[in-house]
Amino acid sequence: MNRITSLIMQASVAMSMALFIAPSADAQAKKLRIGVEGAYPPFSEIDTSGNLKGFDIDITNALCAQMKRDCELVQLSFDGMIPALQSRKIDAVIASMSITDERRKAVEFSNKYYKTPARFVVKAGSKLELTPAGLKGKRVGVQRSTTHDRYIADTYKDAKIVRYTKQDEVFLDLASGRLDAAFLDSIAADIGFLKKPAGKGFAFAGPEIEDRKYFGDGAGVALRKSDTALRDEFNAAIAALRSNGTYKKIQDKYFDFDVYGSAPVAAGATAPAAAKPAASKK
Amino acid sequence: MFNFEIVIDSLPELAQAGWVTLQLLGVSLLAGLVVALPLGIARASDRRWLAWPVWCFTYVMRGTPMLVQLFLIYYGLAQFEFVRESMLWPWFSSAWFCALLAFTLNTGAYTAEIIAGAIRATPAGEVEAARSLGMSAWRVMSRIVLPSAMRRALPAYSNEVIMMLHGTSLASTVTIVDLTGAARELNARTYLPFESFLAVALIYLVLTFALVGLFRLAERRWLRHLGPRQTQPAAVGLAPSGAT
Repeated sequence: MNRITSLIMQASVAMSMALFIAPSADAQAKKLRIGVEGAYPPFSEIDTSGNLKGFDIDITNALCAQMKRDCELVQLSFDGMIPALQSRKIDAVIASMSITDERRKAVEFSNKYYKTPARFVVKAGSKLELTPAGLKGKRVGVQRSTTHDRYIADTYKDAKIVRYTKQDEVFLDLASGRLDAAFLDSIAADIGFLKKPAGKGFAFAGPEIEDRKYFGDGAGVALRKSDTALRDEFNAAIAALRSNGTYKKIQDKYFDFDVYGSAPVAAGATAPAAAKPAASKK
Repeated sequence: MFNFEIVIDSLPELAQAGWVTLQLLGVSLLAGLVVALPLGIARASDRRWLAWPVWCFTYVMRGTPMLVQLFLIYYGLAQFEFVRESMLWPWFSSAWFCALLAFTLNTGAYTAEIIAGAIRATPAGEVEAARSLGMSAWRVMSRIVLPSAMRRALPAYSNEVIMMLHGTSLASTVTIVDLTGAARELNARTYLPFESFLAVALIYLVLTFALVGLFRLAERRWLRHLGPRQTQPAAVGLAPSGAT
């Protein structure tokens, strides 16, 4: 009896010690916790054996190797990324998150690591007119709190916007006919849906849309406002991957074109950390 | 530190979402009760062929999470071509219908068990007395068993109603903007999860209190016979002024 009690005591003391020690040890090793999505093919998905894979995941691993950092990937839903970042559950987000002015109010961004346009997907042969009048009352599926969500909400005010937590769910409901159209990243649509059996009978509609106001400057690594040193580290690593050929090697695994997009983002795009428009928010 | 302005600003949306939650709750409870009453009577029956299928149904519905049931109905059924081609598709393509169906079946199963339990708890003497007066089985059920069983079921049912109120939050996983859905969108727009979810938590709390109050009123009315007697014991023998 006594031995058991003392054992429990020792165990609990050891555990509480571990709890106290862990954060300081962490500060030394600087293990980076990176939020990834795992439900946004081909950028981020889970393979049949339960492992994360995709362009975002490979880029994340390459960035970590380049920065010589120990990284831990944390799988989160997209609308939980920025809250998790702000509550310090994670240190960075690499989840195809577009660099927009709106998000810049809340978080810091690295330079872009890829940029692709947005597009509508509809049933092949659909006569749907992609105008505010044509989409009036039509059900348009978007992933919640994405740039695509904002764009549709502002541009097609009379459309019935149906919001999903995951892109996969948009595909499911588009395929089953619950949606008249989906609006999303063209690459995610092409590889995640149209080129798969589920996407048979569906097609792109309308032009590629690259409205900077909504879609920003491409996808970047999101960080806390205060972590400017980490941002510079990521920027250097992205530039290094671009120049040493690692980026191309990763990209060729998934795409037959350059997803980095045309002109590289201007250096001034990462606003100085001193200007903190989000200060009023929190 | 906190920013509750965004909550105030979005009060109209939250009110709209609260109405959606109440509609989901009201319709599924009503439909669930309609389903549960015959099922509960069958479940409490001595006839195996009547009781057993209901046992199977309630076992499955109570043995699986409501979220899984909802996903099976909403995403699962939509997978099959013959469902999408069928006449029922206009209903099954609607998130509302799927959510209401899942909620109704779920609460129907729980309520059936509550009713069955209350029926089984009927004192055998009451039933025997009714029989000896020559009442038919149907009369015994409608005049003696059910009126008292439904009363006895009230406290347990009030729990079920509150569980269902919280259960309706699952509707937000199939694109319905109920209270929880509204909180998610508020959070997505503002990146203020604490304020967003706290606001709807408070609304759920108020709704729960209102429901608890309603059930207290109902219990006071229909379960009065179980409470302490209202007579003044002093009046029985001691007081000389006891006029009656």
